[in-house]
Amino acid sequence: MAHTVTSPVYVVQDNIDTDQIIPAQYLTLVPTIAEEYIKLGSYALIGLPDSLYPERFVAEGASHTEYKIVIAGRNFGCGSSREHAPIALGAAGVEAVVAESFARIFFRNCVATGEIYPYDTPVRLSEIVKTGDVATLDFDTDTLTVNGTAYSLKPLGEVRPVIDAGGIFNFARQSGMIASR
Amino acid sequence: MIKTLMTLTEKVLARASGKTHVQPGDNVWVGVDTLMTHDVCGPGTIGVFKREFGKDAKVWDRNKVVIIPDHYIFTSDSMSNRNVDILRDFVREQGLPYFYDVIDDPNGNWTFDTSKGQLSRQYGSRYTGVCHTTLPWKGHTRPGEILFVTDSHTCMAGAFNQFATGIGNTDAGFILGTGKLLIKVPETMRFFLEGALPAGVMAKDVILHVIGEIGFDGATYKAMQWEGPGVYTMSMDDRMTIANMAIEAGGKNGIFPCDQKTLDYVRERVSENGTKQDFEPVELDREQSFSYDKVFDLSNLEPTVACHPDPGNRKLAKEMGNVSLDRAYIGSCTGGKTSDFLAFAEVVRGKTVKIDTFGVPATTKVVRELKETMWDGLSVWQILESSGVRLTENASCAACLGGPVDTFGRLNQPMKCISATNRNFPGRMGNKESQVFLASPYTVAASALTGRITDPREFIS
Repeated sequence: MAHTVTSPVYVVQDNIDTDQIIPAQYLTLVPTIAEEYIKLGSYALIGLPDSLYPERFVAEGASHTEYKIVIAGRNFGCGSSREHAPIALGAAGVEAVVAESFARIFFRNCVATGEIYPYDTPVRLSEIVKTGDVATLDFDTDTLTVNGTAYSLKPLGEVRPVIDAGGIFNFARQSGMIASR
Repeated sequence: MIKTLMTLTEKVLARASGKTHVQPGDNVWVGVDTLMTHDVCGPGTIGVFKREFGKDAKVWDRNKVVIIPDHYIFTSDSMSNRNVDILRDFVREQGLPYFYDVIDDPNGNWTFDTSKGQLSRQYGSRYTGVCHTTLPWKGHTRPGEILFVTDSHTCMAGAFNQFATGIGNTDAGFILGTGKLLIKVPETMRFFLEGALPAGVMAKDVILHVIGEIGFDGATYKAMQWEGPGVYTMSMDDRMTIANMAIEAGGKNGIFPCDQKTLDYVRERVSENGTKQDFEPVELDREQSFSYDKVFDLSNLEPTVACHPDPGNRKLAKEMGNVSLDRAYIGSCTGGKTSDFLAFAEVVRGKTVKIDTFGVPATTKVVRELKETMWDGLSVWQILESSGVRLTENASCAACLGGPVDTFGRLNQPMKCISATNRNFPGRMGNKESQVFLASPYTVAASALTGRITDPREFIS
């Protein structure tokens, strides 16, 4: 995998719940069906209120976002257990979400699916960085560099190799926990 | 032997992982007693299972898998209907005994007949409704056990002294193939309840009060353990209401001690439906280690509202009379039980609601009980209908989570709704500019009568 990603960032505030990441009406899409996986990506973050987020995350008619890094406040991904949430972000082309904190099930689903890297940031970046600012995320040094400043992120630790492997099944096979196919 | 000095959650996880002792932060492989999935996450879970274990793979234990279509059922949305059919195909292929299908024909296809309207029954003899309310009814919840469901409100089953939590499709697919899951032992927060609830105050007010107290990410990654004399005064329905909303504070699970009420409730239901009858509760240790420990006096609580836009945004109903409403809604796993509708009916009986009011029973059993419960010669169902409540026989999750646009009660335009459900993030019940206020069935009923947020004690002596 690439060890850095450079991209404009999309910035959201505290408590972005799974209904805002992928509204319930789109949960009819089944992530393991290839064309429905792509559609899920096109709806990523479409539940954000327009009044607070005038810039669309995925452009109308597009299936991918130009923002490969999402910057968030506290408690990102709270709410439902729908795995459609990290999958929608991953399908849209997101590599990482950098948040002050994550809700538990969302974090776990990021790891289990291997769709995106959920990085904790000790600094409240959501108040420092603006949507459209270009950032570089270095996975080797766990730093996010944006507007000339490098911010240290909390290392992913034991979940990192699981996401690197592409999720829990690949990891379990690589490490011999379950039989390989 | 399980060593003492553990919290209830730690004890269940120790037993399920074959250890004498576990502590917060330990990662343990637990054996799963029950895995349940539904129409929204089931097809994806099945997809993961087949992708990873092969198209001819069999589930690890067919008696431990439960499948309950309940989310998007009474809709003409063809994708939703297809998803219920995917569940049926899987159940047939695997020979799963516990499938609460909406239709009776095991080879049929489900379609919703819009010409019959939303209100009258469109399900067969096995359909039950909302999964979290179905699981205890059909004898799938047992003290001391491990339950995983592809749904965040799984924590409701903690009312029955078990470890129950929501998971994603990938984890569920892993369990389908292996019967195991690696989980982290959470820290436990204790909520010690004293006293008794005053008139007009319900279990829903307890949990809304507590979430307001700790913040709606205040229990993130943690177990919420409920103890104290106040707990034992509560019915199983009340305990379910409280355990259900652990996730609304970010909790991994909620859990209650086991008492005679628990045992009576569980024994009756496991024998009715022929599910596994033996179980071993986990008992409270005298000394336990908590990351948070606080006493709450129930007698001090008042009718409480969680305001838009999150379940921790707490206010008292009596302070909110200036908020005018467009709609009232009663239903869901949390607020659609028989006891919830009876409380609602107590308030609206003989009166007429002032705003559009929708009622969706959680299960088909609730529908039956409301029709069979008679007050002065009228069924509670009739009492609710004659007060102007739009009641449907089609038990399901319905508009609690918005759903397809033709979902009964869905907020299809910006409006203010007071609801007995459990979640009120922007867009939760449909339109993303709408505002949802969470409250008890009493408070929702009183507010339906006045058209503004209303303290139900104005109507309850």
